[in-house]
Amino acid sequence: MTEKADRTGSRARDIVYLFLVLLITWLMLTSSLHWQEVTTGAFLSLVLALFLARSYARLGLPPLSLVRLWRLGVYFLVLFAEVVKANIDVAYRVLHPRLPINPGIVIITTELSQDVAKVLLANSITLTPGTFTLDIQGDKLLIHWINVRSEDTAEATRLIAGRFEKHLKAVFA
Amino acid sequence: MLRVVLGTVVTFAGALFLFVGCLGVFRMPDVYNRLQAGTKCTTLGAFLIAIGVGIIEPTWFWKTLVIAVFILLTNPISNHALGRASRKSGIPLCERSVVDRAQEFDGYEGRP
Repeated sequence: MTEKADRTGSRARDIVYLFLVLLITWLMLTSSLHWQEVTTGAFLSLVLALFLARSYARLGLPPLSLVRLWRLGVYFLVLFAEVVKANIDVAYRVLHPRLPINPGIVIITTELSQDVAKVLLANSITLTPGTFTLDIQGDKLLIHWINVRSEDTAEATRLIAGRFEKHLKAVFA
Repeated sequence: MLRVVLGTVVTFAGALFLFVGCLGVFRMPDVYNRLQAGTKCTTLGAFLIAIGVGIIEPTWFWKTLVIAVFILLTNPISNHALGRASRKSGIPLCERSVVDRAQEFDGYEGRP
């Protein structure tokens, strides 16, 4: 009985979250608070949320909370700083007359278990200094590195994923 | 006035990164390093141009912000898909590469 009530509760919660995300996107795209725009947006968001809640639940996202949102915000700030550094680093390598690259494909491991967390980690790695993710199999990630500093799995993991993993772990804990 | 100057500076910085990205595609020795230059620089380039336009024209700001976020979300996916397909179909790494541990993964045959 409680389990069933629990599931109904989490489904309702999924619908509400999805509705809010869709509505905020709609409001940003229309950039207007006119009542007609808001009503249409709310109606469409509600219909879409009802239809898509099941696929949203399949993502297996942890329940939303203010602490999680805050940690996610911190994570995005860290990520943005790294993105800027990555761009300057690659721009430097491209513009340098001798093309200082030392490329190779290395393997790193991750302690994250959820698929969404792994995808976020892979995308973050792709966005940051001289690394991009080729593939994920289990807890191993295949990474192309423009300037290989270590071929050792543990050392490469520390250098590449260390910056994000603790923030992602905090978000998905 | 200040807004226009700020927006122009941000847009110019974005254009500069896009230029470096294009240059990188020409200068890099193999497909993987070209992907590095072609995606890293274009991510920030397109992001800054979208934001810069939003600063010049404040009524568009939220729209350009949504565009920028979608670029940040989708750019890594195309990078990953191209890189994975290249390595799986056996495109060799350039001679300067120091290591290739892809053989340790299922579905990747040895060095082509």
